[in-house]
Amino acid sequence: MKLSRIIANTGEWLSGSGPHDQIVVSSRVRLARNLKGKPFPGWAKKAERVAVLDEIRSAVEGLPEMENSFSERLEDLSPLEKQVLMERHLISREHAARGAGSAVVMNPEQTLSFMINEEDHLRMQAIRAGLQLEEVYAMINRTDSELEETLDFAFHDELGYLTACPTNVGTGMRASAMMHLPGLVMSEQVNKIINSVNKIGLAVRGLHGEGTEAMGNLFQVSNQTTLGETEEEIIARLNRVIAQILEHEQNARQILLQQRAETLLDQIGRAYGILCHAHSITSKEALNLLSFIKMGVDLSLFPSKSRLQVDELFIETQPAHLQKGLHAAKMGAEERDSLRAALIRAKLKQMPEPEIGKIPTNGFGNDSPATGENP
Amino acid sequence: MFCDVCKSKEATVFLTQIIEGKMQKVNLCEGCSKEKGVNDPTGFALADLLLGLGAAQEIEKNPAGIRCPVCGFSQADFKKTGRLGCSACYDTFAEGLSGMLKNMHRGLVHTGKVPARLAVSRVRNQELSKLREELDRAVTAEQFEEAAGLRDRIRTLENEGREAEPAPNRVAELAEGEAEPLVPKPRQKP
Repeated sequence: MKLSRIIANTGEWLSGSGPHDQIVVSSRVRLARNLKGKPFPGWAKKAERVAVLDEIRSAVEGLPEMENSFSERLEDLSPLEKQVLMERHLISREHAARGAGSAVVMNPEQTLSFMINEEDHLRMQAIRAGLQLEEVYAMINRTDSELEETLDFAFHDELGYLTACPTNVGTGMRASAMMHLPGLVMSEQVNKIINSVNKIGLAVRGLHGEGTEAMGNLFQVSNQTTLGETEEEIIARLNRVIAQILEHEQNARQILLQQRAETLLDQIGRAYGILCHAHSITSKEALNLLSFIKMGVDLSLFPSKSRLQVDELFIETQPAHLQKGLHAAKMGAEERDSLRAALIRAKLKQMPEPEIGKIPTNGFGNDSPATGENP
Repeated sequence: MFCDVCKSKEATVFLTQIIEGKMQKVNLCEGCSKEKGVNDPTGFALADLLLGLGAAQEIEKNPAGIRCPVCGFSQADFKKTGRLGCSACYDTFAEGLSGMLKNMHRGLVHTGKVPARLAVSRVRNQELSKLREELDRAVTAEQFEEAAGLRDRIRTLENEGREAEPAPNRVAELAEGEAEPLVPKPRQKP
């Protein structure tokens, strides 16, 4: 399969639906695995990396669920193409920085992706829409079991799966949920929650993982520890915390609606106004304003069929996605900002104009996917 | 503000480094900054920043100058990169790693998934180390009758292991063979 086909289609995790998908954008589980007796990628010589790459790549491509997969060596991808994959969370920032001896393989639905020779020999992930970590783990676990029939993974009787970094040893699993938390940000509760989550061995991070800023009120909640608990125990612990954050977010939105409805409508209205009329906008500003529009959709101020268009804009306005169709040389920041503004204006024009004048009687309701238009 | 390392003295050295595009800030007191070699920025252990302060010190609990026999990785390399060289490094640097892992994780023993082909031998190895401990205890307590029994069980298990070990494929077959009854065979219609 060609990369252009992957890029042209929105991934299942964005367009699909899942439990609580108004607040939990996606669920993701990745497993780190290494081949026995082979130096880890960061320490291996180029020839060793290439040998590992060939062995793992053919095993992955041979999986029944990877029929019609996209598979490419990173040296054959342009910087822009790598960045597109990164913006879709299909490869990590670290992997995008790699060249010779690394590769990426993914299925057409973009629910399974394999990074070969990232920090570990193999990092495989499954990603789906909404809150469904158990299902996502089951998916990647099945793939792992199939792969271990042909690949000899490094496993220690006491320490479990061995990884290049001791922080991943044991299960080698990182499970995470991407959450949209404008209510907690607006009511200034989010830092309190981040701090308390960090205290119990889980992490809250920005949009693109470790060390990145929280933009568009999007936060990733994930496990920090990988040794001493089973995969199921880690996921159960994570699920309990996510359920609590979800409840806090719902409460925060409800309180905003009851006590500060004017502020809420003002923010959504202003966001819509700026996005409809801006002629230059940075990706950070765009994401932050789109977050309010997304909340407006949750509030039924916008018709529910606009949901996918709004969600897509979160990805489509990212720097590499903006330029993906253009074969011109890499654009400068100013050029991108005006192209981004034009794209948003055009997309919002297609949507029916919202009525941001009155407080919706049904509020946020519950967060199950809305079934119809404003009742 | 207290020093991030000793947490008792006032921090006077404020270090900001950009590593892989991420900004890292560390506050240190004078004594700790000298010890960590902050005056020489290249000497500052990346391992500390990536894995938490003290990680570089933990790894030094291993005998000095030790190198991994499989991949040639050294403690100095770990201090520099914060990553290990190969899977055998976990045994080579076991002493220093265990203190580090204790601070990082919720336990020191993996309780999760085990590759099917290793499930049989892993159970045997765990049983063996338990029996060996019991044997030591029995010998120390001069309970020789019990010790003899334990020794025989250890021998039996060791022999089983030797039969299985040299042919990894056989272990895989064994594991598969055990799993077979769980898969329902397609029933033929009469």
